[in-house]
Amino acid sequence: MLTPEILVAGLVNGLMAGGIYVLVAVGLTLIYGVLHIINFAHGSLLMLAMYAVFFLWRKPLGLDPYIALPLVIAGAFAFGYLVYRALIGHFSHGKDENILLITLGLSIIIDNATLFFFTGDTQTIEVTYAGRMISLGPALVPLGKLVSFAGALLLCLLLGLFMTRTDMGKAIRAVAKERQGARLVGIDVEGVMAISYGIGIACLGAAACLLMPTFYVSPSSGHAFVLIAFTIVVLGGMGSFKGAFFGGLIIGIVESACGLWLGEQLGQIGIPLVFILILLLRPSGLFGAAR
Amino acid sequence: MNRRHLILVGIGGLALIAYPWVFRSNYAVDIGFLVLFAAYLGQTWNIAGGFAGQTSFGHVVFFGVGAYVSTILHATYGVNPWIAWPCSALGGAIVGWLIGTLCYRAGLKGSYFALITLAVAEVGRIVANSLPITRGGLGMLIRADLRAENFQFKDPIWFYYIALVLCVLAMVIAWGLTRTRFGARLAAIRDNEDAAEALGVNAFREKVKCLTLSGGLCGAGGTVYAQKYLYIDPSIAFSIDKSVEMLLVTLIGGPGTVLGPLIGSGVLHFIGELTRDLGAMLPSVGNPQPLSIIIYGAALIAIVAWLPDGLMGLFRRTVGGDRA
Repeated sequence: MLTPEILVAGLVNGLMAGGIYVLVAVGLTLIYGVLHIINFAHGSLLMLAMYAVFFLWRKPLGLDPYIALPLVIAGAFAFGYLVYRALIGHFSHGKDENILLITLGLSIIIDNATLFFFTGDTQTIEVTYAGRMISLGPALVPLGKLVSFAGALLLCLLLGLFMTRTDMGKAIRAVAKERQGARLVGIDVEGVMAISYGIGIACLGAAACLLMPTFYVSPSSGHAFVLIAFTIVVLGGMGSFKGAFFGGLIIGIVESACGLWLGEQLGQIGIPLVFILILLLRPSGLFGAAR
Repeated sequence: MNRRHLILVGIGGLALIAYPWVFRSNYAVDIGFLVLFAAYLGQTWNIAGGFAGQTSFGHVVFFGVGAYVSTILHATYGVNPWIAWPCSALGGAIVGWLIGTLCYRAGLKGSYFALITLAVAEVGRIVANSLPITRGGLGMLIRADLRAENFQFKDPIWFYYIALVLCVLAMVIAWGLTRTRFGARLAAIRDNEDAAEALGVNAFREKVKCLTLSGGLCGAGGTVYAQKYLYIDPSIAFSIDKSVEMLLVTLIGGPGTVLGPLIGSGVLHFIGELTRDLGAMLPSVGNPQPLSIIIYGAALIAIVAWLPDGLMGLFRRTVGGDRA
C-alpha cells in the first residue's frame, strides 16, 4: 500500500539519487555545450575515477575520499585534457559521428582494461561516518548521500560562476556559440576545447569522490550512468547547468516513482522512456535554447 | 565490376562453400558460422548505417525482437519455426518502421538518431526482462528436437550454410543498393540531405523505407540465433555488445560497400582468435577475453582516425586500381 510516508520517503530517496546523477551529468552537459560532441566514454571515465578513489583509499595510502577530492579532480582534469589532445581532437576530423565512435572505442578499451587488470569484482570503501543516518521528515538518509547532494549543488553553482565571471569561462562560451568568430578574435579554439573536456572530466573526479562512500565500483558501473546522464542532459537542455541540476533531480524522482509504481524490473523503463519522449517532443529540453 | 572482380568473387564464393568440407571439426565450422552470421548482421547495419548514413547504436533491438517473436510463437504457441521465421522478419521491419517514422518525423539526425536507437534497445531489454510472455530474466528455452523440420540440425554444417545463404542474400540486396535508384537516393541523403531534398528526394520516406528493410533483415537473424543455441534471454537478445559488433565489422570492412561487413567480420574474428590463443599462452593471464575486446576498441579508433572507408577503401587504393 502506498502510504504518504512511503511516498515522501521515495521522494527524498529520489532527490538524493538525483543529486548523484547531477554530479555525473554536469560534466557531460559542459562537454556537449562547448564541443557539441556526445561523450560516450563518460560512464567509463567515471568508473575509472571511482577506481582511482578506491585505490587511494586502500591500504598503503589510506586517503579518505573527501580528502582525496582535490587530487582526483586534478588527475581527472589532466587525463581528460590529454585524452582530448591525443585522441578526440586529433582523430575526429571534425565530424560528430566520428567523435561518437571514438569515445565509444575509448569506453570499450577502458571497460575491458579495468576488467582485465582489476577483475570483475565489486569494490567498496568503508568510511564509518558516511553511513550514519540523518532523518529528513519520515525518510532516513545516509550522511554520505546528503554530502553528495550538497556537493552537486555547489558544483553547479561554481561552474555557473566560472562560466560567467572568468576570462576562461567567457572564452569557453564564445567557442560554444561561434567557433569561427572566437578564432578570429584570437581565442585558441583547440586549447579551449581541450580545457573544456578536461573540466568535464574533472567534474567526474569530483563525482567519484562524493559517490564512493555510499556506492560501489566494478568495471560495468559506468554503464549504469551513461544513459541516465544523457537523459539528464537532454531533459535539462544541452549545455545548461541549471538544466542539469533540475534535470538530475527530476530523473532521480522519476526513477524512484517508477520503481514504486511499476516494480523493480519494469520500473527501469522510466529513464529511457523519458529520454526518447524528450528527444521526440522537445529536443531543446527544459532550459535549452531553441535551435 | 569487371572480369577480374568476377573471378575474385567466384574464388571467394567457392572457398566459402568448400570451407566446412576442408575444416571438418565442429569448432572450425562454428567459427565459420560466427564469421558469416556477424557478417550478415553487419550487412543489415550497413544497409542503414553505411548506404544511408543512419548510424545506429541499438541495431540489436531488431535482432532481439526477431528472436523473441519466433521463439514465443514456436516455444509457447507451437508454431513451426520455419513459419515463425518470416514473422520475425516482419517484427523487425515493424520496429524499424516505427523508429524511423518517429525519429525522422521529429527531425532527429546523426548522433541523436544513434542515441535514440540505443535507448530503444534498452527499452526492449527492460520489457523482455519484465513481461510474463518472455518469461522475464529466466529467458526462453526451445525444446531440443534435432530435426530439419524443426529448424534444428544434428550437424552444425547446416547452420553454416544457412548463415552463408543469408549473407549472400544480404550482399545481393546491398549490391542492389549500388545499382538502383532507391540506393542512389539513399546515397544522396547520406552525402547531403538538404541537397537531396532540394533535388526532389523525399528523404523522410526513403530513410523510413531503408530502416524498415534493415530492421526486417536483422530480425530474421534473431530466429537463426535462437534456433542454433535453443535459448535466448533479455541480456543476450538486447545486448549493446551485439549492436557494437554490427557497426564494428562494417566500419572495419568498409561502410557502404557490399563486401565490407564480410571482410570486417573475418578480420575481427581472426584477431579475436589470435589474441585468445596468445593470451592463453601467457601463464599470468587469467582471462584473455577482455584483451581481444580491447583490440576491437583500438581497431575502432584506428579505423575512424586513419581508414574512414575501411579495409575495402585501403584495398581499392593499393591493390584494386579501380578508379571507377
